Amino acid sequence: MRIGFFLREAFRAMRRNAAPTFAALATVLVTMLVLGVFIPIVQATNGAANSVRSRVLVDVYMKSNATAADEVRVRKELLAIPHVRNIQFVSKEQAFAQQSKLDPAAYKLLGANPLPDTFHVIPDRPADVLAVHNALTPPGANGQAGTIDPSIQTVSNKKNDTKKILEVTNLVTITAAALTVLLTIASILLIGNTIRLSLYARRREVEVMKLVGATDWFIRWPFVIEGIVVGAFGALLAIAVLGLAKVVLLDPLADNWTLIAAPKTISYTALVIILMGAGVVVSALGSGISLRRFLRV
Amino acid sequence: MATSSKTLTGKRRRGADAPIAHPGEPSPERVTRRRVVEFRDVSKLYAGDVGLDHATFSADRGEFVFLVGATGSGKSTLMRLLIKELEPTGGRIRVAGHDLAEITRRRVPYYRRNVGVVFQDFKLLANRNVYANVAYALQVTGGSRREIRAKVPDILRLTGLSTKLHNFPDQLSGGEQQRVSIARAFVNHPPLLLADEPTGNLDPETSIDIMRLLYRINRTGTTVLVATHDQAMVDKMRRRVLELDHGRIVRDEAGGSYTRDESTREFAHRMRGPSTRPPGL
Repeated sequence: MRIGFFLREAFRAMRRNAAPTFAALATVLVTMLVLGVFIPIVQATNGAANSVRSRVLVDVYMKSNATAADEVRVRKELLAIPHVRNIQFVSKEQAFAQQSKLDPAAYKLLGANPLPDTFHVIPDRPADVLAVHNALTPPGANGQAGTIDPSIQTVSNKKNDTKKILEVTNLVTITAAALTVLLTIASILLIGNTIRLSLYARRREVEVMKLVGATDWFIRWPFVIEGIVVGAFGALLAIAVLGLAKVVLLDPLADNWTLIAAPKTISYTALVIILMGAGVVVSALGSGISLRRFLRV
Repeated sequence: MATSSKTLTGKRRRGADAPIAHPGEPSPERVTRRRVVEFRDVSKLYAGDVGLDHATFSADRGEFVFLVGATGSGKSTLMRLLIKELEPTGGRIRVAGHDLAEITRRRVPYYRRNVGVVFQDFKLLANRNVYANVAYALQVTGGSRREIRAKVPDILRLTGLSTKLHNFPDQLSGGEQQRVSIARAFVNHPPLLLADEPTGNLDPETSIDIMRLLYRINRTGTTVLVATHDQAMVDKMRRRVLELDHGRIVRDEAGGSYTRDESTREFAHRMRGPSTRPPGL
């Protein structure tokens, strides 16, 4: 009976205060739309940054006369280096097959296989790549960079590229995180403020309720329910718009635009749950907390 | 009845020292023992300003008390202290057996259900019709739907609003709105009814109707405390008068010359008649 009463009160208030309710609804809708677009973009950006970083590795090229025994020895030596997570061996035959697939004519022209056996050395974390590179190239007797094994020809030197990639991807990730935090704060403030305004218009009503002897929660529940309904409805509308945009605009593009199809992007279901939760919780809390001021009579 | 024989500060003239006979009351001795309002040495200081200055008085069950005084004399302070909207700076207030200092903030809503309040500006809920406005006071107390259906039409009949059930406050005249607010204040049958300038926004004829309604409620045994500026009304009503001046009670006068069991019709007739100042004024 109590819950029924509170529900009826909440819906009566929404009917009677259509304009402020609509304003709150529109605010929730717009905020959730922005969040709904922004979250996948942040996710995709992070995914892209991570996939770039995962490509950070050191290539070790063997001498062309290296034997199978050399290969086994070098593999052991490489695995002994700290921060090495994994190594991949690409034989000269495999490398030739891969490369001639990309440019068959050029490789046919070459006749013989000029490619060396190669180890791809993958560090634990992209940031460790420089340490691994240094371990692979200890300074030799003449002061120049040497090698750890006589059968190694060279170690790829992509120091500058690696550094740049690490810096850029770091910047992208931090920027995305900061924007997410700012946008979330802005959403909460915006929704809270709209609710506050609509409550301010009804502060006289609250005052009267207190005078008649209503307890704080008796006054508050209808407002909280109102917040939940407005939040849920606004979020639902936002989800519907986003869903429409996804089907009509995004899915056709996804086939030929890898960023959208990036595996790390948030799933639509998760996004729906996050938006609904955020809309409802922020609105309900906003109503309940903003009311505190007007309850002090 | 010796309610007006408290020691008062400042100049004071008393209308009647001797106990007044109450032929209408079944056993006056026992009833007069029931203090509904008791102020003992109550002070209220605002930042640097005096709201109420060592006020001491009491009102019994079934009393009708006027509170008069210029603006800023402390009438509203006294009213707001009674509904515990303000806390006194010093002294004790007791209402219907409750010491207000002992009521915690959480319990204040429950206390307020024992006190009906009526204001100059009616303070109705604008988005509810007459019926719902009165029903709200019962819903607040957790009243069942059956109870509401039984009580609200009754009280609306008493206040003469039976035909206006479905009107919203902005569709009513000032007098009707005030009737709604009185109905709401009285629907719980509180032992104490406070009215702060109840006729302040109304024309004389409507004011008499409202006072008549308050008198009718008073006759059911409810103590009624009315703050007003309307000197003519006070003179005609001939009820007990407390006068405040700069926060001090400067006059506590039992309005002697009236018969307690006057019917509301006689009452209204007398109210419409020429002003007859009671002796001592």
